[in-house]
Amino acid sequence: MSAETTPLQTAVLPEKRGTKHGKLLRVIKFIILSSIAAAAVSMRLYSVLRFESIIHEYDPWFNFRATKYLSEHGYQKFLNWFDNRSWYPLGRVTGGTLFPGLMVTSNIVHKLLLFLGLPVDIREVCVLFAPAFSGLTAYFTYLLTREMKDDVSGMLAALFVGMAPGYISRSVAGSYDNEAISITLLMATFYFWIKAVKIGSVLYASICALSYFYMVSAWGGYVFITNMIPLHVFVLLLMGRYHARLYTAYCTWYSLGTLASMQIPFVGTLPVKGSEHMSALGVFGLLQIVAFASFLKSKVTPKQFKLTVITSTVAIIALSAFGLVALTYAGIVLPWTGRFYSLWDTNYAKIHIPIIASVSEHQPTPWTSFFMDLSVLTWFFPVGVYLAIQELRDEHVFLIVYAVFASYFSGVMVRLVLTLTPIVAVCSAIAISALLDVYNTSGSEKETVDTNTPIAEKSDKTTKSKAKVTKVNDDAKPDQVSFFDSLGRKTVGSTLSRILAVSSFALYIIMFVKQSDYVTESAYSSPSVVLSSSSPDGQTFLIDDFREAYYWLRMNTDEDAKILSWWDYGYQIGGMADRTTLVDNNTWNNTHIGMVGRIMSVDEDRAYPLLLQHDVDYILIIFGGAINFNGDDLNKFLWMIRISGGIWPEEVKESDYYTNGYYQVGSDSSDAMRNSLLHKMSFWRFQGMDRPRRVKIDANTVPSLDIVEEAYTSANWMVRIYRVKKPDEFGRDLHKATAFDNK
Amino acid sequence: MINILQIVCKDHQNAPARIKLIDQFMVYLLICGIAQFAFCIVVGNYPFNAFLAGFGTVVAQFVLLANLRQQINPANAKEFKQISPTRAFSDFVFGSLVLHFLGYHFVN
Repeated sequence: MSAETTPLQTAVLPEKRGTKHGKLLRVIKFIILSSIAAAAVSMRLYSVLRFESIIHEYDPWFNFRATKYLSEHGYQKFLNWFDNRSWYPLGRVTGGTLFPGLMVTSNIVHKLLLFLGLPVDIREVCVLFAPAFSGLTAYFTYLLTREMKDDVSGMLAALFVGMAPGYISRSVAGSYDNEAISITLLMATFYFWIKAVKIGSVLYASICALSYFYMVSAWGGYVFITNMIPLHVFVLLLMGRYHARLYTAYCTWYSLGTLASMQIPFVGTLPVKGSEHMSALGVFGLLQIVAFASFLKSKVTPKQFKLTVITSTVAIIALSAFGLVALTYAGIVLPWTGRFYSLWDTNYAKIHIPIIASVSEHQPTPWTSFFMDLSVLTWFFPVGVYLAIQELRDEHVFLIVYAVFASYFSGVMVRLVLTLTPIVAVCSAIAISALLDVYNTSGSEKETVDTNTPIAEKSDKTTKSKAKVTKVNDDAKPDQVSFFDSLGRKTVGSTLSRILAVSSFALYIIMFVKQSDYVTESAYSSPSVVLSSSSPDGQTFLIDDFREAYYWLRMNTDEDAKILSWWDYGYQIGGMADRTTLVDNNTWNNTHIGMVGRIMSVDEDRAYPLLLQHDVDYILIIFGGAINFNGDDLNKFLWMIRISGGIWPEEVKESDYYTNGYYQVGSDSSDAMRNSLLHKMSFWRFQGMDRPRRVKIDANTVPSLDIVEEAYTSANWMVRIYRVKKPDEFGRDLHKATAFDNK
Repeated sequence: MINILQIVCKDHQNAPARIKLIDQFMVYLLICGIAQFAFCIVVGNYPFNAFLAGFGTVVAQFVLLANLRQQINPANAKEFKQISPTRAFSDFVFGSLVLHFLGYHFVN
């Protein structure tokens, strides 16, 4: 192990030597990396152990359904898939509005396994997809970090990224979502990018473009890469670090990558029209000018050159900025999307697009979740960034740019902690391996190195603080060795201090692994389709109401029955109950979602015609009052009111639903609240304590429910399904008809 | 402006035969690209993806050629330590293959 703690230059040596030592090193490296990957995979299997092999949450159910469709109907039909079983009566052009990368990949894996003679179900492939790819992520992070510093930091980074809860939260077994594959691709793309910039190779830049294409096909977050790489180039240009390799890498990547990304139907011509992609185009143009300028520079006198450059630069920047604004106003370049605005102004979504703000993953991140998701890495991260600033080669600029942006974005939206995690892993690994360089270089190597730097060695023995080490070294050897190399040469002599430092940091790493193991097991492994609770004596209960109710729907309703529910449950109903839904998690049509919210929030008489208009047969609601489940529809009611109130302000007013300025349910609530369909359906027949909201409910809270009748209520009352009554045969209104029936 | 053109022409005349060939190709692509863009503005961009594919391919091919030109230029050997002229050419071929596959796929 100790031999691996040599700095960059010496770390390359063993492979060149090809001696027995080098071979052994490679074997050890391989073993370490594969055990890290194995650990990363096995840690994500808690959800299968604790619960079962099941698809989690909401979006994965759609991905799963799409994957099944793909494997049954083939690729051509998949791309042209028009889904008439969701967004009734509109339907959804599913083939053109999804990112097919995930489904295609898992289908290929499935085919491959079948070809090898392993008869596995497609569901198993989907469930285990994310853990398998997290192993690959660890490997690519290793490669990326190795480019930044050396092998040791690479392996540490692989360990960190494999174990960090921030990444695990989106990639446990069963969480079959786009993010599962795209973090791997993110790391791969960045690795090839760094490689391309370093060597200036068209080959690496083309591979980078291809992996970018793969990323585009898999996740909408590809825009992050689309902006990160140009930004890196732009910062380098500002620092005056233009060189021909940069031109090669960037222009190849951009021209190939853009052409490639437009092949995805969902993305279409966005890369040349969308504002989010304009920075990449701008940097591309800028780079052409700079390249041409540097070509001219070698041919003309400096004075001439300066004049030409200044005038042309000013003219071009003014022209292109003006052009962009003009094109945006002319409607050729599309303005920024709402989701993008909400990244800059955290209140934007709350005011203008409640549908985005209503998603819990789009909320600003509470600071505690950084510590939960990154644990001890939170402290190493800034150190790593500082060290990167000290070294500041081209690739470190990238690291810093990435760190700054990912930090900002992760503070804005909870789910973007995911993109922060890899960079935190890389930076922390650099920090710790730099520390190991100082404290853990083996004796023999130290001697050989020491003969090269006698002055530095002398002063070193007394130095303890790292900052001082740096300073001394800068005095001793100005701009000869890079900063990272200098660390390796400045080892601390005293054995005691070395043991202390190394073992305390080993302890931190062990603590980190334990902590993330605990967090994974307790917080991130729940499928949220099946819930677990424990009784006071420690027994664990599994609450399986969702599947129970969906199964009921599947068995007892007509195949073409239309189910109305809040959009959260659309994908699950489509995937598990196989019934037509009105709205689902795709949320592409705000008005339609608003309509569902309107039906839920108005009173029975106004809701009934709307229900008939939309051919609704059943209404499905989630009610957590009986078992203290917080994520139920009554707690989401505010969003329903806000979204529909944004579209029909005269019919649904948010203030009407408050009691004395508070959100209140039960007998004391406002008229609008008490008469709303959702409130009635939730508390119909329910008596006792509504535990999530701490309100006592008695029989008088909901005296009557006339337009719908209860069809099914699950064992713990969590899912309640109501059948919408047909118009009365004798032309009476439904209140009278129900009253008559009850007599 | 004319001054710049003069410089470029002079550089071209002094270059070895291979680089001259690349230069000619680049000029051809430049004309091609301008022609396509003019066509798009004058006639309209109806099959938009066809225009994008054509124009994108021209631009990308131009860029790839510029890369090749830089990489096989002995004056830049210091920059591209790990890339020999042979490697540069095979990289160029790889990049072009990827490019033309994409272009062909996109043009419909």
